[in-house]
Amino acid sequence: MTVWFEKQRHLIDFTLASLIRRKGRNLGLLFVYTLLVFVLASVMLYTHALRHEAAVILEGSPEVLLQRLVAGRHDLIPPGYIERIGTVRGVQQIRGRLWGYYYDSVVKANYTFMVPEDGSVAKGTLVVGPALERERGLARDNGISFRAYSGQLFSFTVAAVLPQASELASADLILMNEGDFRAFFAYPAGHYTDVALSVANPKEVRNVANKLANLLPDSRPILREEVQRTYASVFDWREGIMLALLSAAILAFSILAWEKASGLSADEKREIGILKAIGWETGDVIRMKLWEGGLISLTAFLVGFVAAYLHVFRAGSPLFEPVLKGWAVLYPRFDLVPVIDGLQVATLFFFTVFPYMAAVLVPIWRAAVTDPDAVMRA
Amino acid sequence: MIELRDVKKAFNQGQHNEYWALSGISLTIEARRVTALRGPSGSGKTTLLTLIGCLARPTSGRVSLHGRDISGLPERFLTEIRRKTFGFVFQQFNLIKGLSAMENVMLPAYPTGRPHRELKQRAEALLDRLRLAHRRDARVEWLSGGEQQRVAIARALINDPEVLIADEPTANLDTALAKEFMAILESFGEEGRTVILTSHDPLVVESAAVNRVVDMRDGLIVEP
Amino acid sequence: MIFQPAIIALLLASVISVAMLLAAAPFAIQIIRHWDIASGSERQLQLERRTYLFSTLAMFVMATQLMALMLFVFNADKMSVMFVGAMCAVGTLNVNAWGFPALIAQMAVFFLAASWLAVNHVDTRAPDYPLVRIKYAALLGLLPAVAAVLWLQLEYFMNLRADVITSCCGSLFSEDTKGLTGDMAALSPVPAMVAFYAAIALAFATAAFHAQTKRGGAAGYAVAATSVAAFVAALTGIIAFVSLYIYEHPHHHCPFCILKPEYDWQGYWLYVPLFAATACGAGAGAVQPFRNVESLRNVIPQVSARLAALAAAGFLIFAVIATVFVARSNLMLIET
Repeated sequence: MTVWFEKQRHLIDFTLASLIRRKGRNLGLLFVYTLLVFVLASVMLYTHALRHEAAVILEGSPEVLLQRLVAGRHDLIPPGYIERIGTVRGVQQIRGRLWGYYYDSVVKANYTFMVPEDGSVAKGTLVVGPALERERGLARDNGISFRAYSGQLFSFTVAAVLPQASELASADLILMNEGDFRAFFAYPAGHYTDVALSVANPKEVRNVANKLANLLPDSRPILREEVQRTYASVFDWREGIMLALLSAAILAFSILAWEKASGLSADEKREIGILKAIGWETGDVIRMKLWEGGLISLTAFLVGFVAAYLHVFRAGSPLFEPVLKGWAVLYPRFDLVPVIDGLQVATLFFFTVFPYMAAVLVPIWRAAVTDPDAVMRA
Repeated sequence: MIELRDVKKAFNQGQHNEYWALSGISLTIEARRVTALRGPSGSGKTTLLTLIGCLARPTSGRVSLHGRDISGLPERFLTEIRRKTFGFVFQQFNLIKGLSAMENVMLPAYPTGRPHRELKQRAEALLDRLRLAHRRDARVEWLSGGEQQRVAIARALINDPEVLIADEPTANLDTALAKEFMAILESFGEEGRTVILTSHDPLVVESAAVNRVVDMRDGLIVEP
Repeated sequence: MIFQPAIIALLLASVISVAMLLAAAPFAIQIIRHWDIASGSERQLQLERRTYLFSTLAMFVMATQLMALMLFVFNADKMSVMFVGAMCAVGTLNVNAWGFPALIAQMAVFFLAASWLAVNHVDTRAPDYPLVRIKYAALLGLLPAVAAVLWLQLEYFMNLRADVITSCCGSLFSEDTKGLTGDMAALSPVPAMVAFYAAIALAFATAAFHAQTKRGGAAGYAVAATSVAAFVAALTGIIAFVSLYIYEHPHHHCPFCILKPEYDWQGYWLYVPLFAATACGAGAGAVQPFRNVESLRNVIPQVSARLAALAAAGFLIFAVIATVFVARSNLMLIET
């Protein structure tokens, strides 16, 4: 066993020395390789972070959401509905929610106005999201006015700014008091935007949803797990499409790797010939070359991945934002919470290291089977 | 020690440029002797050397080493025998550029998995013996011709082989260096190593260090 | 089909494996037809050089299958959020009829490739390469197996429908389920533990004995047989009680959930030594039919002893890790 380790150590020593000796030749390949890892890793980290972000938001959302539809369009929940929902067995908590959109012509963006569940916002005050803090230069205790859709002007003071933890959801959010909300939007009393329900037994969610749909035929229950599923597949699909587009790049890279590995310089050929002549076996040369491929892969993978991490989580992925975010018209800036997923690293490995190794196998073998007596015949 | 019986070797077999480098050689090489193969270029002496040194397999005929038939062995096993039994000094020295003298000397031992420290000691001792201790960390391309050849000799000895094989060892050396090489050769003969070399340099083949000269022409041995 | 990176990666791995073996097939046939070790002709030398390529390719395919196996399970676990009723890999694999066959085929290919490599290893130790023809015929046999994996995976992934309601580990590995998985889960902990440790101890003892004595034949086959038996017993044991201790839940029997990050990936600690040990044990058996080949008389006892030693070590590590998981748990299955 020690002989085996010692031998591998010698082979690695030699490989490192020869990689360094041929810096120029290897750097080009290493650069392209790293770039490929970087691009793929950026795509994966970015979509995964979005997926994660969405999952965090959904985690806090109600298990079932009930909307009323009129002519297929979302409408207000009239009084009496909440009481009727209460009669359905299995429903644990019912809460009418109040929220709406408001277009701010000053910054030309939509805000979401919402009444928080616990009614913690005092009358005349607001809690604003980080995007507003940035865009309108708001801070605690500042005053701000909005012109309601009725034309009337309302003034508020900022009580607090929301934390940045999950900015994707809270960036444009404004929390306000229920009374203020009804006055601002001229919302009829007793009406709600929609109804949030929680269900005692998670396995009963589907049954409860069916009962609700029968009880209130003009309404539509939305299940959290359904939304989660939809999000997951939407993100996977986007990621998949990106990868399919990038597969051309992977193929091109594999061809480059093949070319580089088979186009040995006269110098290198001679070197392998010498090694064979002085007592290296074909298998030893193959092993040495595999170590070489492994070391190059490892370097490219680590450097590319770290660069992608910095690109996505520190720099805000300037390169892909427009393609991948899709809906992101509203958010001037949002930093993703760094998440790394084992499956993604494994998948990334399959998309980069695996094609590379597959591409260089045959060229490596071809170089390794040089006849040991070749150097003497020359 | 080494016995060849009716050994033939062809290149580009079955193609229009097929060519027989050896056309039936029978020869016995004794242990602990210095044997020289002499002949004009194209006489097949280098090819014969590659068959003796397990660098290649004969197309037909038998080669045996210590009574064991090795002509049918696949490369994997030939290499193992070669590593243990033979050390090579090539005409062009064939050192690997960019590596130090020391690293070059150690190279043939890498696949054996011998511990690094042990290898280093042995390489140092060899370089010392060949008066190269002061050049051990120098890159080989910075060494003079004579020094390069001595590095090549040290490399040939790293696995402590029974047999030293040298292909035209003096072809790239001036007279003084060639004489120095012959002196080193002589010391191997005294040590009891078997030496086989090819040469058409009179300085070599007529030297007292050489015990036996085999003449070759057109892939055959010329009887004197 | 669900268009997803890990799925594309798995298909890519399978396609490349098949393509490599397919490209190698004509050369394998050439070797079978023209191999003549005694000859020094250039064709023979050419064929010998090719054998290096095939060993490397087979090694690569095996490594690929091993990694693909892990990715396959890993991915099935991750995708479980997409299917109604799925909570882990079991649910995802149950979405259609191809999931479990694909998984089992992949495992089979891994063990087949490992056995091939064991035979290849002994063959290259004998100067006359006595098993060349058998080996390359077997390599051709590996091709349909790898192709079958590709086909099963394709069927599986193409038929994934997100709207299917599947059943998860709760129902597949439950005491009330009819069939093999249910029976495995229904084993009460004490007999399951006895069977688990007995089978592993037997495999360990057989392998250790074989490694020590180096006596071939029957002992070698016994190592393979006890290894496979220990593999089955180990999986049964994981379903019957080890998983319960890991989940600290008396009715959660799933052998896949232990791979989840929620349980600190403890499953990998169990499965990696188990698979390695079984592969080595199977390899020790795979080389036995050739022990009477003249040039392998000295080689096979050595190699199979080495493989048996590795298998013994693997089973020991597996048993120790499983015991640690059980001992560390807060769950009490057995009254003391």
